[in-house]
Amino acid sequence: MKIYENTGSKDTRSGFGDGLTELGQKNENVVALCADLTGSLKMNAFANNHPERFFQVGIAEANMMGMAAGMTIGGKIPFTGTFANFSTGRVYDQIRQSIAYSDKNVKICASHSGLTLGEDGATHQILEDIGLMKMLPGMTVINTCDYNQTKAATLAIADHHGPVYLRFGRPKVANFTPENGEFKIGKAVLLQEGTDVTIIATGHLVWEALEATKALNEKGISAEVINIHTIKPLDEEAIIKSAKKTGCVVTAEEHNFLGGLGESVARTLSLNHPTPQEFVATNDTFGESGTPAQLLEKYGLNAENIALKAEAVIKRK
Amino acid sequence: MADTQHLKDLVTQVRRDIVRQVHAVSSGHPGGSLGCTEFLVTLYNEVMDHDPSFNMDGVNEDLFFLSNGHISPVFYSVLARSGYFPVEELSTFRKLNTRLQGHPTTHEGLPGVRIASGSLGQGMSVAIGAAAVKKLNGDTKTVFTLHGDGELQEGQIWEAAMYAAANDVDNLISTIDVNGQQIDGSTDQVLALGDLRDKFEAFGWKVVTVTKGNDVDAVLAGIKEALTLTGKKQPICILLHTEMGNGIDFMMGSHAWHGIAPNDEQLAEALRQNPETLGDY
Repeated sequence: MKIYENTGSKDTRSGFGDGLTELGQKNENVVALCADLTGSLKMNAFANNHPERFFQVGIAEANMMGMAAGMTIGGKIPFTGTFANFSTGRVYDQIRQSIAYSDKNVKICASHSGLTLGEDGATHQILEDIGLMKMLPGMTVINTCDYNQTKAATLAIADHHGPVYLRFGRPKVANFTPENGEFKIGKAVLLQEGTDVTIIATGHLVWEALEATKALNEKGISAEVINIHTIKPLDEEAIIKSAKKTGCVVTAEEHNFLGGLGESVARTLSLNHPTPQEFVATNDTFGESGTPAQLLEKYGLNAENIALKAEAVIKRK
Repeated sequence: MADTQHLKDLVTQVRRDIVRQVHAVSSGHPGGSLGCTEFLVTLYNEVMDHDPSFNMDGVNEDLFFLSNGHISPVFYSVLARSGYFPVEELSTFRKLNTRLQGHPTTHEGLPGVRIASGSLGQGMSVAIGAAAVKKLNGDTKTVFTLHGDGELQEGQIWEAAMYAAANDVDNLISTIDVNGQQIDGSTDQVLALGDLRDKFEAFGWKVVTVTKGNDVDAVLAGIKEALTLTGKKQPICILLHTEMGNGIDFMMGSHAWHGIAPNDEQLAEALRQNPETLGDY
């Protein structure tokens, strides 16, 4: 079994901020917009280094999305920054019409996604954003797992033409993917090879999936772990290949099971290789206040529950 | 005063195009289109520096964004007659597989359209983004928008208006089609807009009023006045008073023709009132 080392916990939002800082230096077409959350999104360095390319729009997300669409006209690559809830649900129609339907090269960068912003509660958490964004034709949807991968994704999406939703979060989480690693949009990463069950995880739950494999291994269960950082377009080939090998699947995400990664995987498998599947996701509910760890435990989004679901799905083979 | 007969001839022809497009598919929005005909004809043919060979980025060109996308019949006619695409294509308006969708879109690649519109209130934000990039690129051209007055009920308009004034977006001229009508009735009945000059001035805009928005000479004078106000650290608004359905007597001045098409007899009468000047498509 491959051992992954946490090289020092960091927040994924800082991966975005540091990636944006680097982009600011190497790509003069990159512009950034923020709706009064510059510090929370870690966009300060970009704002300080390039004040002429940084647009503080105030608490006006709808205007921000429209402005971002307009900034592509003339060749700029706009990156918008606010919380995931205000990046999607609040401005869905603006994204739909002015960005997605209009084929605009806008990068919607969303922090504080899922439950793990914690104490602010359900108004500031969002568990529906992956579904909202993946339903938009032409939208690329990315949910990164750690600091290094978020930084790499931030750099990669600048070179990809088309609208992108990049989802990351607030808490400090294990940083375990390679520093300055390559990020290929739409390409799954096989983290752990196994034979009994496939765990397909995205975002913060990728590390939890790796932790779950340790517990499973002690019970003599060999789990394969796939990191799906790109939910759309989905790497269907990697999913089908692994399902054929192990014969059962657990999906894990910090999102509602409705509209999330799990449903995309289920569709892929039902069309190509019907396979028993269990879902680690929230169960059609809003979040609530609490510490990130408490919330992940209460809603079953942790290594312990991933391992339980793995054992359950193996029995369904 | 400059001779504007060629614009007036074009206005008449565009009005024919509008009602013929809408009649052919028994759907579309003639009322607002007819009311904005003088404005769009004047803007595209006498004011804007633009290239009908069409490049999306529009660098060193004046740009126009239609925010109230439902008046697509007038937009399409003016674009076609400005050389963006063949006028014959107007016959495909709202038909399956057309580039002339019910509301304008970039999705089908129609030259001249830079953003989709239809869901209201979004065009001013887009224009502000494009105007900001013009400044970044050292491009001194102007960005124009058009909005319905009913559209001002959308909150995003006021987010955008606040931003533009606070950030000295002075290469933007937003025109409001003040026809006092919307789908459910007059704007006063549905949701009164109050004093629009006061509102825009309070937001920090310069305001130009054109009381005769269906008079080419008045429209041209108003846009020219607005242009003299650019580059002075304030966005500019033109309050363009028009008559919905202008140019066709039985459509004029009422919200009734906002979104319905004329029948055969009504079309014939509308065309009789607007004789062919430059050739029908």
